[in-house]
Amino acid sequence: MIRLDGVGQVFDGREGRITALEKIDLHVHAGEFVTLIGRSGCGKSTLLRLIAGLLPPTSGTVEVAGEPVTGPRADVSFMFQRPALLPWRSVLSNVLLPVELDRQARDRTTYRDLAHTLLEMVGLQGFERRLPHELSGGMQQRVSLCRSLIRSPQVMLMDEPFSALDALTRTELSEELQRIKMELSTTIVFVTHSIEEAVVLADRAVVLTPRPGRMREIVEIDIPRPRTLGPNAHLEDVARISGRLHGLLAEKTAPDDVRPTDKVRSR
Amino acid sequence: MTAKRSWVAHSPVAAVVLPVIGLIGAIALWWLAVIAFSIPEYLLPTPKDVTLTFFEQPAYLLEQLWVSFLETVEGFLLSIVVGVPIALLIVRSVLLERLVYPLLLMLNSIPKIAVAPLLVIWFGFGQGPKVLMVLLVCFFPVVISTAQGMKSTPAELVELMRSLNASRTQEFFKLRLRFALPQIFTGLKVAISLAVIGSVIAEFVGATEGLGYVITQSGASADTSLAFAGITLLSLMSIVLFYGLVWLEHLLVPWAEENR
Repeated sequence: MIRLDGVGQVFDGREGRITALEKIDLHVHAGEFVTLIGRSGCGKSTLLRLIAGLLPPTSGTVEVAGEPVTGPRADVSFMFQRPALLPWRSVLSNVLLPVELDRQARDRTTYRDLAHTLLEMVGLQGFERRLPHELSGGMQQRVSLCRSLIRSPQVMLMDEPFSALDALTRTELSEELQRIKMELSTTIVFVTHSIEEAVVLADRAVVLTPRPGRMREIVEIDIPRPRTLGPNAHLEDVARISGRLHGLLAEKTAPDDVRPTDKVRSR
Repeated sequence: MTAKRSWVAHSPVAAVVLPVIGLIGAIALWWLAVIAFSIPEYLLPTPKDVTLTFFEQPAYLLEQLWVSFLETVEGFLLSIVVGVPIALLIVRSVLLERLVYPLLLMLNSIPKIAVAPLLVIWFGFGQGPKVLMVLLVCFFPVVISTAQGMKSTPAELVELMRSLNASRTQEFFKLRLRFALPQIFTGLKVAISLAVIGSVIAEFVGATEGLGYVITQSGASADTSLAFAGITLLSLMSIVLFYGLVWLEHLLVPWAEENR
């Protein structure tokens, strides 16, 4: 479904060139749930934006559904770290925004029904007419989730969507997303820095190392679903994989990554 | 004690009653001072004198009020028609911003009163120069607030629109302009107060009608009561215009009150 070959990304920053990503080869199968996990600054969000067509790669090729990515596609949805809702629109009209912007979309009543179904699925029935500021952070992010599902995308790209929420809400939403994923055939690429999220959600976790962002390892997560972090979980498996991811993420970065110039210059 | 304090702070009745009591108190104090120190009417008239003066010639004064009102509103609307597009252009193009922005700053630094006689020389004694003066006074806050508002769109929402393949027109109307509205209104509220000042200034110089003209004329004949009546009408007009805008803002951007 998604194919990255030798992808690299270089930014021209104020302090010269920064290599954000280097030699990324990744193949995500249709219907698969892949998480990109790494420390902040490892280029995982950049990688997601390359797949979304929000950013052209400096080198290499990005393909979605067998076609090279040249810009945002209608069958790929993007979910942000913050809810990114338009504050003057009701919950329902925020969910319907992608349909409204698509000049080719027809059957608007069908989409309206779908929006109601989606909102019900995430427990927001009765909130259709509310404005975003009347909702809690978790509810807002649920609205955002519905918005990214409204056009029944083939691919969902999620950029740390739950990281701004409190721990309990985060776990709740992870389990909800897992449930939704089990019903849909959508391919999901999910960026996170939380080992917990990766273990609950992913079929495979791609571990990235920072500066420049490189693929360190791909960890298969074969714990049976539905997974939970509560009792009756496959605790041994969870512990084994969490430990492994932790080990990979905690590795010391190579000395050449340290940039002494920063400190000298700031004096 | 605490119960009393919370009534003062939170009760909707208190929110109306207390200011009215304050106003009545101030007027009573004014009246009392005039009587107690036996101040002559040409220096400080009593509230009664002012009211009587108004009812001596209500039709005439309301007519003058209408003249000032039209000048103010026309100039204000004109400043929106001219100011908003200029702000949009400035935001769109760095070149234009560099070219035009310093000019605007210079224009704004001119004391507007100093221009009033020139406007009379150029455009005569009619309403034109008055409207122009109001435009000059209002223009700057409108441009600045619109430009600021257009720049305040959160980056994540711009990225969202891009990820949804929105056209530039859609991004402009469905996102940027909507997001700028609260800040535009802030500018408009500053501008409407200035607009009243602008029309009065313009009427001080080379006018034949309007409340500003009435006030200068009353000064010449030491009719202080008439001046007070004119000033009161001007303040009332200013308040009505301001709260009209507040009401419009409440209708158009109800979401903004909770957001900032």
